[in-house]
Amino acid sequence: MSDARLREMQFWAERLRKGGISRREFLGRAAALAAAAGVGSSLTPSLLHAEEPKQGGYARFGMSDASQQDTLDPGTWPASFAQAAFNGSLCNNLTEIAADGSIIGDLAESFEPADGARKWIFKIRNGITFHDGKSLTVKDIQESFHHHMGDASSSGAKSLLSQVETIEADGPNTVVFNLKSGTADFPYLVADYHLSIMPAKEGGGIDWQRGVGTGSFILENFEPGIAVKMKRNPNYHKDNKPHFDEVEFVAIMDATARLNAFITGEVEFIGDLDVNNIALIERNSDLAVGRIPSLRHFTFDMDTSTAPFDNPDVRMALKYALDRDDVIRKVFRGEAIKGNDTPVASEMPFYFDPQPQHDYDVDKAKAYLAKAGLSSLDIDLSVSEAAFPGAIAAAVLYKEHAAKAGININVVREADDGYWENVWLKKPFNGCDWYGRATCDWLFSTAYAADASWNNTHWKNPRFNELLIAARSETDQEQRASQYREMQQIIHDDGGVITVAFVNWIVGISKKIGHGEIGGIFPCDNLRMTERWWMA
Amino acid sequence: MTGTSILASGSHPILNMTVQRLGLGLLSLAIVSAIIFTAVSFLPGDFATAILGRSATPETVAAFQQKLGLDKPWPQRYVDWLGGALVGDFGDSFSSRLVSTVIGPRLANTLALAATTAVIAVPLAVFLGIVCARYRNKPVDRFLSSATLASISLPEFFIAYVLMLVLATKLHIFPSLSSIRPGMGLGEHLYRMALPIMTLLFVTLAHMMRNTRAALIGVMSRPYIEMARLKGEPEMRIVLRHALPNAIGPIASVIAINLAYLIAGVVVVEVVFVYPGIGQTMVDAVRNRDVPVVQACALIFSAAYIVLNLIADIISIVSNPRLLHPR
Repeated sequence: MSDARLREMQFWAERLRKGGISRREFLGRAAALAAAAGVGSSLTPSLLHAEEPKQGGYARFGMSDASQQDTLDPGTWPASFAQAAFNGSLCNNLTEIAADGSIIGDLAESFEPADGARKWIFKIRNGITFHDGKSLTVKDIQESFHHHMGDASSSGAKSLLSQVETIEADGPNTVVFNLKSGTADFPYLVADYHLSIMPAKEGGGIDWQRGVGTGSFILENFEPGIAVKMKRNPNYHKDNKPHFDEVEFVAIMDATARLNAFITGEVEFIGDLDVNNIALIERNSDLAVGRIPSLRHFTFDMDTSTAPFDNPDVRMALKYALDRDDVIRKVFRGEAIKGNDTPVASEMPFYFDPQPQHDYDVDKAKAYLAKAGLSSLDIDLSVSEAAFPGAIAAAVLYKEHAAKAGININVVREADDGYWENVWLKKPFNGCDWYGRATCDWLFSTAYAADASWNNTHWKNPRFNELLIAARSETDQEQRASQYREMQQIIHDDGGVITVAFVNWIVGISKKIGHGEIGGIFPCDNLRMTERWWMA
Repeated sequence: MTGTSILASGSHPILNMTVQRLGLGLLSLAIVSAIIFTAVSFLPGDFATAILGRSATPETVAAFQQKLGLDKPWPQRYVDWLGGALVGDFGDSFSSRLVSTVIGPRLANTLALAATTAVIAVPLAVFLGIVCARYRNKPVDRFLSSATLASISLPEFFIAYVLMLVLATKLHIFPSLSSIRPGMGLGEHLYRMALPIMTLLFVTLAHMMRNTRAALIGVMSRPYIEMARLKGEPEMRIVLRHALPNAIGPIASVIAINLAYLIAGVVVVEVVFVYPGIGQTMVDAVRNRDVPVVQACALIFSAAYIVLNLIADIISIVSNPRLLHPR
């Protein structure tokens, strides 16, 4: 490839990373350049893989977040180690989030709403068996959902399923969910990793202890906090999948140990790669860095119910007083996508980029401050490294940026331990690390609705809440899209959230591994990397 | 009981001391458990919030706490736990596995690493200490003393990373992950454990060797050694026959401290090499506020220190019965 083409490719790759262009646009441009030059796959391996999957091989995944306390109980599974091993490999849900973020059937071959989305009807695929040979029945599905429901439930999916009234069998292959109110996004919710389908027990409940599912891999050995070893399920219900013969999830908590294990070939994948080590990986021709746009974003949240943040002009002044580009360059080393004061990521359905983009503008910040009747402003911003990685550095930069507009931010360094109990939701201006949710409704209902339990901005916008209810049961896609557009504009203009940046999942993937486009709604290719990837 | 009668008769002073010390040890264990329990209770959050993470809505947390009995006040939970522990029942971990199932395999791994390291380190350290004492201020002594001083001054994680960089990443001699699994052969086990063993050797060898040397040199300045020299005894025989038996006390106690360290203090080495030992278990349990596991680990660590120190004292007394009668 000529230097000019290489430079152009690097330029587009950089733009993609910064969020200037979409992934599809990048693929198009890169493919055009590569076709012109006859090469190119070496430059962007994670995006241009197009070869046929091969069968066989033993893949090892080095994970950062295993715990001695992990169990097979689907009500727990706090981090990607348990989620990718037990949901993504051992089990299936009724639906699955495809790599491009769309929702497709998994154990359900089709699904459709009725009665204004108050009823959801799932047709179950024929001939699915659990790893022990038992056939999948509607009873298994009912019990798998009941496991998370009811007052005594201690499951992480309890609040998610609070809208489900009853789950009925309609013949041997159909299951009907009756909801308390219309929910157009219900197929997305049943793709949540907690809602894995496991075999029902005699007399109610599910038998999660044995580690039997319908998934692409059969559990061979599980040592909590150490490793999970699995072998290929020959009776899997998806054609040719999975491709690996064996997989192992290895717990490597220490970042340096994880990096070394990856470099020395002990594992073919590592999660949670430190941005400071990216150059080290990129120098090695056998290894590649995967940057997968995610829903995860870092914010500074203002409590809109207390002074001075109850004044929308003060909020606007603060939104214009942050130089997001500077923070991304200095704190995240360019490995982040600029936020625009909404929590909706570009991969999500109904994403809309509200205008204008909030950028650093001292004059506008001063003007909004004047509009609020203030010439200067003194506020406390509570952060710690637990708020989000780099939060303290970002807050200190923000202080410098805002000072030029007459806003004096006092950066309060809170304790890491207990940050989520004592600072988040409690201090009027705090930093927050959000993992995001797959759909607008789920995201807004969790953190932006007036009665949401995680409404960190204490924001109660009547029009927004009205639209939220209306859009939830709206099954006309055009109408829904316009409702979500308006809601994203309202958050951007009036909300208490200052979105600093969206970050990528940054992972190490050996070139021995082949894969297609990687989904980022959940980590690890929407948790299904073991069945989607192969040995190249 | 026979133990009491012997104690009363006073005819077995060592047994007497052992029983006394074990009693004090149990008291220390009780105090340790109370301190740990209180400390963990003061940490923000609990097992429910740690496990639920981002799904921790208040009502789910409440249901989880009720399931585990975390809604009771902590003094009551401590008394409940202590009642079980006194009859040897350490109960269930909060992840609903038996504490012994959680800790058992990890403890076995830690003991295997400690034993392998000790088998190499203890004889080697004593031998090198004797060599240094015998050839005091000669080049060999100067070299070993400064080398061990250097290795004792470096933090263990630094030594671990240097070994990993050189032997695993650059030369590819040993694996960077010490991920041992059940069903591996002994050879593969040792191969996987090579780097942690080397790291621990560097850390413990230096300490034990320097103390052996110091203890011997201390004894060697005594008049009776001068006498032995004047009698014309060969120098090596003086060191081994006359000096070493009188230096065993301090040597035994420094060995005991190092062995206890190998059991209780190797968490950093375990984390760096991803060795599935008990130190990592305790760190993990503290992070998740899994109190029963934290308590069991703390008791094992304290018991290791108490028992090993007791053994060291018994060895000192047997080698020098005058210690039974403190002046």
